[in-house]
Amino acid sequence: MAVIKTNNEIIWKRRTTKKQLAIWLAWLVGISIVLFAWSIISERTVWFFVQDAPRQAADIGGRMVPPKWSYISKLITPVWDTINIATLGTVIAMIIAVPVAFCAARNTTPHSTVRVVALFIIVSSRSVNSLIWALMLVFILGPGVLAGTIAIGLRSIGFCAKLIYESIEEIDENQVEAIKATGASNLQRMTYGILPQVLPTIAGVGIYRWDINIRESTILGLVGAGGIGLQLSASINTLAWTQVSTILLVILVTVFISEWVSAKVRGAII
Amino acid sequence: MGKPENISTYPEIWNKPPFITNSTLRWGIIVGAVIYLIAALASMDINPQRIVEGIPRGQRFIASFFPPNFADNRGVVWDGILESIWMAIISTVVGIALSVPIGLGAARNLAPFWVYITCRSIIAGSRTFPEIILAIFAVKLFGFGPFAGFIALSLGTIGFFAKLLAEDIENSSEAQAEAVKTTGANWFQWINYSIQPQVMPRMIGLSVYRLDINFRESAVVGIVGGGGIGATLNTAFSRYEFDTAAAILVVIIVIVMVLEYASSFLRKWVQ
Repeated sequence: MAVIKTNNEIIWKRRTTKKQLAIWLAWLVGISIVLFAWSIISERTVWFFVQDAPRQAADIGGRMVPPKWSYISKLITPVWDTINIATLGTVIAMIIAVPVAFCAARNTTPHSTVRVVALFIIVSSRSVNSLIWALMLVFILGPGVLAGTIAIGLRSIGFCAKLIYESIEEIDENQVEAIKATGASNLQRMTYGILPQVLPTIAGVGIYRWDINIRESTILGLVGAGGIGLQLSASINTLAWTQVSTILLVILVTVFISEWVSAKVRGAII
Repeated sequence: MGKPENISTYPEIWNKPPFITNSTLRWGIIVGAVIYLIAALASMDINPQRIVEGIPRGQRFIASFFPPNFADNRGVVWDGILESIWMAIISTVVGIALSVPIGLGAARNLAPFWVYITCRSIIAGSRTFPEIILAIFAVKLFGFGPFAGFIALSLGTIGFFAKLLAEDIENSSEAQAEAVKTTGANWFQWINYSIQPQVMPRMIGLSVYRLDINFRESAVVGIVGGGGIGATLNTAFSRYEFDTAAAILVVIIVIVMVLEYASSFLRKWVQ
């Protein structure tokens, strides 16, 4: 806020001139970066294909209806696999994420070096997408559900551990101190002072991640890691568009149900 | 509670109260979980022989990642990374520009019912399908290259950003909104002076976070032909140049770390 005094009047402005200039400069830099980015992208675009897109969309859309309902009977096993990949992947992730989170939280970490290692595990697991994990694991374990499950697990460790360690850092220290005053050991302090405070978060994060994992596991099949994505990529590659629309509808329903379940359970916990 | 003679039967050992207090529900969940785990593991089709054979292969595979080869023999790594960065920036900006009206429409306290329902269904549709499925269709429609990836990521941004914006607006304080309204502000002034300052700090943090997500996602939309570093990574895998792939992964991790640090710094600075 700035008040400018001239000879006969006092003018109120929201910002000082300097601040206003800085904001304008920031906008200028931001817009130039965006324009530059756009020029690079548009340079590498074949505009003929883009102009053609509405016609293509209408064409593919026309081929997608009506969905091939009889194909649903063949999708039951893939959906079951998809749910298993998500669930078991989340279980694996939570088993690893909880100790990692305790190592990463500032108030529970055994040593600052351990903390750095734990934070590195979290960042590297979060940075690499589950599809890339799956791509690598398919090379090692062969195509199949197992590769997908482990990929989902590895990807989820970072996410779960990050949210859990942040909530560990926000606990009420008084309770821990009260437990400590009774002469409790470190482990007892952990189980009686800290764990009860973060248990709702841990359960909530697990359910939340499960919901995300259902969505992610639908695509792992694109690189051969099992689940409904296998059928999706096969149908797209064979241009069986009525099957594609059926699969998309099944994915839509599965995701809606999992989101509903996740919201209900989280509502009950928290 | 109460009678003195009961003191002798007061429990000597204290047990932690269980997390789920209803014992039927608790045991139901445990039994259900065990049955499910058995059924799920049975259908996993784990082939122990395949895994045993895979272990030395896996070791060789992992060994071939080291040391990461930053030499960039074909000159494609930096090109791909820069393309990913430009893609992430432009799709974040366009995605957010599209999200703002949709987010305003999806806030129950601002929009009439039919606008609310329309905007909420757009958000739900965008959230359901992962970016990669959007990318498959974008590649079919717009051809190979970063434009398809840009479209897919922008659409993905809408579901994320508009939803959080709408929720934040719904949680914003009514008092400020009413105060501005009583001054006789029109709709745009009302939004600009009462709602916008309340949601801005969180939205700036979220937009950097979304930039970070879009960069990470741009690494996978390339696998289905959407341009960016993902295309380079996929080529590196197909050509068995695992040391180059390792270098790409390291670069991705470093950039994500920088973005994460920048976003937490920026959030502190804004608040």
